[in-house]
Amino acid sequence: MRAPDLLRFAAGALSGHRLRTLLSVAGVGVGVAAVVSLTALGEGARQYVVNEFTSLGSNLLIVMPGRVETTGSIPFGGVTHDLTLEDFQALVGRIYLIRSAAPLAVGSETLRHGDLGRTIPILGTTASYAEVRHLEMASGSFLPRRDPEEAGNEIVLGTKVARELFGGENPLGKLVRMGVWRFRVVGVAAPKGRSLLGFDMDDAAFVPVRTVMQAFDRRTLFRILLEVRSRGEMEQAKREVVRLLAERHHTQDVTVITQDAVLSAFSAILNALTLALAGIAAISLAVAGVGIMNVMLVSVSERRAEVGLLKALGATDGQVLAAFLAEASLLTGAGGLAGLGAGLAAVKILTAVYPAFPASPPAWAVGASLAVSVLVGLTFGLWPAYRATRLDPVNALMRR
Amino acid sequence: MILLEEVWRTFQVGEAEVGALKGISLAIRRGDHVALVGPSGSGKSTLLHILGCLDRPTRGRYLFEERDTGSLSELERSALRQSRIGFVFQFFHLLSRLTAAGNVELPMMFAGVAPEERRTRAQEALRSVGLAHRAKHRPDQLSGGERQRVAIARAVVMGPSLLLADEPTGNLDRASSREVMELLERMNADGLTLVVVTHDPDIARRARRVIRLSDGTMEEEAP
Repeated sequence: MRAPDLLRFAAGALSGHRLRTLLSVAGVGVGVAAVVSLTALGEGARQYVVNEFTSLGSNLLIVMPGRVETTGSIPFGGVTHDLTLEDFQALVGRIYLIRSAAPLAVGSETLRHGDLGRTIPILGTTASYAEVRHLEMASGSFLPRRDPEEAGNEIVLGTKVARELFGGENPLGKLVRMGVWRFRVVGVAAPKGRSLLGFDMDDAAFVPVRTVMQAFDRRTLFRILLEVRSRGEMEQAKREVVRLLAERHHTQDVTVITQDAVLSAFSAILNALTLALAGIAAISLAVAGVGIMNVMLVSVSERRAEVGLLKALGATDGQVLAAFLAEASLLTGAGGLAGLGAGLAAVKILTAVYPAFPASPPAWAVGASLAVSVLVGLTFGLWPAYRATRLDPVNALMRR
Repeated sequence: MILLEEVWRTFQVGEAEVGALKGISLAIRRGDHVALVGPSGSGKSTLLHILGCLDRPTRGRYLFEERDTGSLSELERSALRQSRIGFVFQFFHLLSRLTAAGNVELPMMFAGVAPEERRTRAQEALRSVGLAHRAKHRPDQLSGGERQRVAIARAVVMGPSLLLADEPTGNLDRASSREVMELLERMNADGLTLVVVTHDPDIARRARRVIRLSDGTMEEEAP
């Protein structure tokens, strides 16, 4: 028997029961649409997080003082050196893989303007910080370029700080006080949200690094942020930073982390989420499969006479089996296509409503849902089709 | 062409074994016209199904065209039904979703005949039963007599040597019955072996041989 004949025969049988066929197709369609749209959501969430991280600067190395290790095993063991501005200068001057670098010193103090005061983290850094962290300005400019060793009276406010202290007033050029220190506002940062370092960047202010060290009487830096020239050089840069600082401190006492570690953890979590969603959706496919099996069993028992006739006309058991399997897989195949269409449409609508959310079904989910729907037809159609071949043609033909 | 030797067919009904055929021995020559008569439950349909390789004897031998059908596989029996044996049923058993031509094409479809050849052969078969003009009609648009003639066209389209008809006129009025029987007899005259199961004494009288079954045993009536 030729394959086109088989398919035409099966399609003809299905067209005899339009409503039943339509409902079976819809059942599978819902399942496939669920797989496609839910995996699109999961994948969208992952992509969203990845994009957010990338916007923070994905070539970022963060140098922290101290070393993550178990302490106490060596009595009188090594002294932990702090990170200093000299370390920072050395890194900038000697590691050519670094595109730009910013030191970070941190204090917490009340910033005042008129009668209003707000206690916030004061971040001391340099002009390069804006490049390293891809910081956008809402108005004005970031800290001016100058020798990191020099103090200055410029301040850049986070959006929230600016709003709280100045209300609707334009803060540019105005003075704010911090203890005995006075600063002139040179810029307001665009909203950025919570950073990797744990600060709410919108509720913080930036001043020259030297100023923070003087104001809070600090000799050490909280972090050094380094932007590496390219992603491929991250590991090498990390090694060189560690080696240089170990050389300067005579012991390895710094920790360098990359965003990749954090990012891949998030990515793995969200991948698991996507898989879980796909699993849940797959249950609806299985339910649809049971529905198909039911429909096919009804169909087989309704068409006993037809099965008997086909055998009398010389159809082999294999051909009868193939005919019913073709019917089941046509049902689920059509359901798969319909569901794919519906799922993609749902995703389109979602992205039209929330353009920022990059929802798109992963290719594997599209391919797999189609393949699985045909497979569901074959699997759940197998038993009914087998029963059709076991029908006694004599009994089947005696009925009208 | 057909040789039955001591054929038994028993069915399990609950605990009891019921004999539908009890030691039937029968020879049918090529081109013969045989009527199987007898009351309901006498075993005539069972005998027909065994002749058509749809059923197997419980005991005894059935030789069709000098081959012992008992030793054939299911696949070989399917092949016999496909090409050597045609069936006609009381309730026609046409597929309502297919046209007359589509129904006639069915056996050729299972035999893997190419679509082009199928179409011409189906048209040819329909012409031979006088229904060429009804080829595009569906069964529900045809009269009972026309449906049975389509079924006959389907039964002979593969060129079988044996045609088995189970109450072929049981659902037809007198005029249609006569048409159908004349058609079958014309094919019989062209060399087709014909075995007809019937209740109707008028139909039985038209056969060359009449085999009467009663309670699973047979006797041949004198012509």
